[in-house]
This record gives sequence, C-alpha cells and structure tokens, in this order.
Amino acid sequence: MLELTAVRAGYGTFQALFDVSLDVRAGEAVGVIGPNGAGKTTLMRVISGLIRPTAGALTMEGVDLLATPPHRIVELGIAHVPESRRLFPRMTVEDNLRMGGFMLAARPKFRQRLDVVYELFPRLRERRRQLAGSMSGGEQQMCAIGRALMSEPKLLLLDEPSAGLAPIVVDQLFELLRRIRAGGVTVLIVEQNVQQVLRVVERAYVLKAGSIRAAGSAAELSDSATIREAYLGV
Amino acid sequence: MGVFDIYLLETLINGVLLGGVLALLSLGLNLVFGVIDVVWICYAELIMLGMYAMYFLASVYRVPLPVAVPACIAAVAVLGLLLHVVVIAPLLGAAPINQLLATGGVLFFLQSAATIMFGIEFKNLGLRLPVLKAAGMFISYSRLLAFAAALVGMIAVYLFLNRTYTGTAIRAIAQDRQMMTLMGVDSRRIYVITSALGGGLAGLASCLLVLQYDVHPFVGLSFGPITFLICVLGGLGNFGGGFVAAFVFAEIISLGGLYLDLEWGYVFAFAFFIAMMFVRPQGLLARRS
Repeated sequence: MLELTAVRAGYGTFQALFDVSLDVRAGEAVGVIGPNGAGKTTLMRVISGLIRPTAGALTMEGVDLLATPPHRIVELGIAHVPESRRLFPRMTVEDNLRMGGFMLAARPKFRQRLDVVYELFPRLRERRRQLAGSMSGGEQQMCAIGRALMSEPKLLLLDEPSAGLAPIVVDQLFELLRRIRAGGVTVLIVEQNVQQVLRVVERAYVLKAGSIRAAGSAAELSDSATIREAYLGV
Repeated sequence: MGVFDIYLLETLINGVLLGGVLALLSLGLNLVFGVIDVVWICYAELIMLGMYAMYFLASVYRVPLPVAVPACIAAVAVLGLLLHVVVIAPLLGAAPINQLLATGGVLFFLQSAATIMFGIEFKNLGLRLPVLKAAGMFISYSRLLAFAAALVGMIAVYLFLNRTYTGTAIRAIAQDRQMMTLMGVDSRRIYVITSALGGGLAGLASCLLVLQYDVHPFVGLSFGPITFLICVLGGLGNFGGGFVAAFVFAEIISLGGLYLDLEWGYVFAFAFFIAMMFVRPQGLLARRS
C-alpha cells in the first residue's frame, strides 16, 4: 500500500532522515519506535506531504506522492493525526470534524462519516458544540483521530497518540485503535510507548538517529536486545 | 423626556449608526489580516476607488442603484483579488515589513492615480435623502440605510464563515496554517477567496460612505487610520473584538462631538486608543494565550 524507498529529509542544513525504506501492506498495523529525536515525526510529515524529501521515492498504491500536491495527498486515502493533536482550538468539535471531511469526495458523506466517528467516540457527540481547545487531552486526541477518520482514509498515520495522556486514557486509546483497525483501516503508528504499541501492531521498525536500525514482527522485537538498546538510547 | 436628554439620545443613536459602518469597515481589514497575516495599508484606498465607481456609475452614467451597488461591490472585490495576486502573493514568504511597505506603496500609487484620473475636486452623488423626525430627534435616512446595509453585509459574512466549507476553512486557517494541508485545503485558494471577500466588503462600505461623504483622491485618509485603530483595539484578526471596538469608538466620537466639536470626538477616540494600548495591548477581547 505505502512504500518508501531510500527517503532523505531534513530542515535546512539539518538532515533528519537517512535513506529510510519501509512498506506498509493493506490491512496491516505497523509501528515505528525509537527514542526522542530519532526522526519519527519527520517521517510522518514526509508521508503526508508537510515536508518534501530531498531524495528517495514514496508511493501510495502505486501513485507517486512526490508528484502529488501536498494538499491532495489526503485524497489518496492518507490521513495524518499529527503530534500534539493540532486541533483548531477555537472551533467546535463538529467544525473540526467538518474540516476533516473538507475534500470534495468526502462532503456528500459528511452525515454518514459523522455517525461512524460518533459511534466510535460517543463523548464527541456529547461535546459536539464545545470548543475543541476546552476539552481534556484524551478528548482532544479522540477529536483529532475522529477528524482524520472523516475523510474515510485507507491509511491512518498516528504520531505519538499517547503523549501527555493519563495511563488509563492510554489504555482506552489503544483499545479504540483495535476497533478502528477492525473497521478495515490500515495503520502506521509512531510511538515512544513501546510496550503498548507492540501489542497493537503486527510489525515494527526501529528508527534511531534518522535511519532504520531494525525491523521485525512485534513478537520478535519485544524479546530483542536491539530494541532495548535503541529505545533506551545507550 | 425630562431627565433623559433628547440630544444625548440622538447622539447615542447616531453613534450606533456610525458604529455599524465602522464595524463593516474593520471586518474586511480584519478578515484579511486574520487569514493571510498581512495588513492592507491601502484598504481605505480601495474604498476610495469604490466611491468613485459609485459616483461614475450612479451620477455620470445614470445606472440605477440596484445595478450600480452590486457592480461596485464586484469591482472592488476584483481589486482585492488583484491586490493579493499581484502584490501580496509574491511577498508571502518575505519579511512582514516588506509586505507593509508594498501595500503602503500601493496606497500612494492609488492616491496619485486617482488624482491624475479624477482630479482633486470633491464629488458626490447629488442624492438628498430625507431626514427622519421622531420623538423630537433628527436621524438622517442615509445613516439608517448605511447602518442597515452594513448589518446585512456582516450577517451575510457571518453565515458564510459558519455555514460553508470554504468559510469554515477561512476560520480554521487563522488558527493553524500548517494543518490546512492535512485537511486537503489549498491555502493559496483560500487566500484568494478571502482577498476577494475583503475587497467586496470594502466595496459595500464604499457604497454606504458615498451616501454621506464626498469623494476625492484623499478620502481614504478619513477612514483608513480609524479602521486600522479599531482592528488593533479589538485585537488584530479578532472579528468579535473588532465589532465591539467599532461601537466603542463610534460612541466616543459621537459623544465628544455632542459636548464639544466633532474634531474633539476624534481627539478623545485617539486618546482612548493610546491609553488602551497601555492597559490592554492585545486588544479589548484578547484571548489568554
């Protein structure tokens, strides 16, 4: 479904990704784990078009992402839940969800998608007239995921969804991710919460200092010494 | 009327009527600033051109008002769009001071161009609308009409911003520019639409102002600074704040004019502005950040 080949990217003279190659197959859940500053967020931003890579190739179902204008990447079925949620804080929950369904193809299905999202997150239905910025961190994360689901994506990119949430909310979040996956959405998730994420994904990549250091099934990585080394950053 | 001074009431009502027009004026400038992060220094000069358009359409070519008004609004909307595409868009990545200087340059360009094309004499529509007499007060129809039209214009913009996808995107882009890409929004398109909308509001304002004031190449100086101050007082880019600030300013001008001269009304208004900049530099309805 998604394929990255030898992708390089950075900010100005700072290079954050060095020849990163990875693939995500339809129906899978794939994790990218690694310490702070490993380039995980940069990787997500490159896929959704927020940053253009300096070298390498990216395709989504065979379509060249580099030949697609950044604002049209969502039309290919890629929805990105960014780091620290980035809701529109002074707009209502429902207006935030409306923005998630902005693309022309999603507009006729607005009510239908709204029902899907509200069924998944009943709390959002209760708060639909509330300003997004006035909600708790967990509720905001639900709203951010709901916003991404409004475009009926094939691939959901999740960047540190558990960051800043209370442990009990994190458990709920990962339970919800299982339900989203059961709905047929492919997931690529970046996390620092390694133990939790390895229970949700089938495979994972270990990213450190901008390059892939290891890859394997969730079970393999759970037992591996490499990942402990990479994650603890020693 | 007894305790209640009739002149005071008339003054307060005139203040509200002026406030409506000032609120409309500031909305256009605020909208452009909130969305594109650029101050159109030449905003009042777009209004000046709109007033000339109305003068030529209505007085010289005798076009009926129901045709002239929409034509004038459309023409200034196109000017706003051109201002963005020709001057602002190439400078979006540049330092804010460059954008200010560029639109400042457009101000002088438009003033000079108008002087060459239209001359410096004052022109007006030659319309004499009646004055309404009620309960011992005199309220001019042109002011009532301007207030009503400003209100209708602002309600239309409010509905557009709250009920349409494009309007929702215009509000959203002011809150998080970068996220628009992820929502599938082409920011450049939103900028162009907003510029046309800002121009359209200037066009409506010029139709209302030409009912009450003569037009000449420097008429923008009468509205430009006060519009800008209202936006700053309300908090630049804060639509609600601008709305409130417009009425506060209008009442100060009106009341100052009642107790002293009209010019003193402006002195008080600007003194109030300077004082408020010390007390609430973020604007009247500033959000805690």
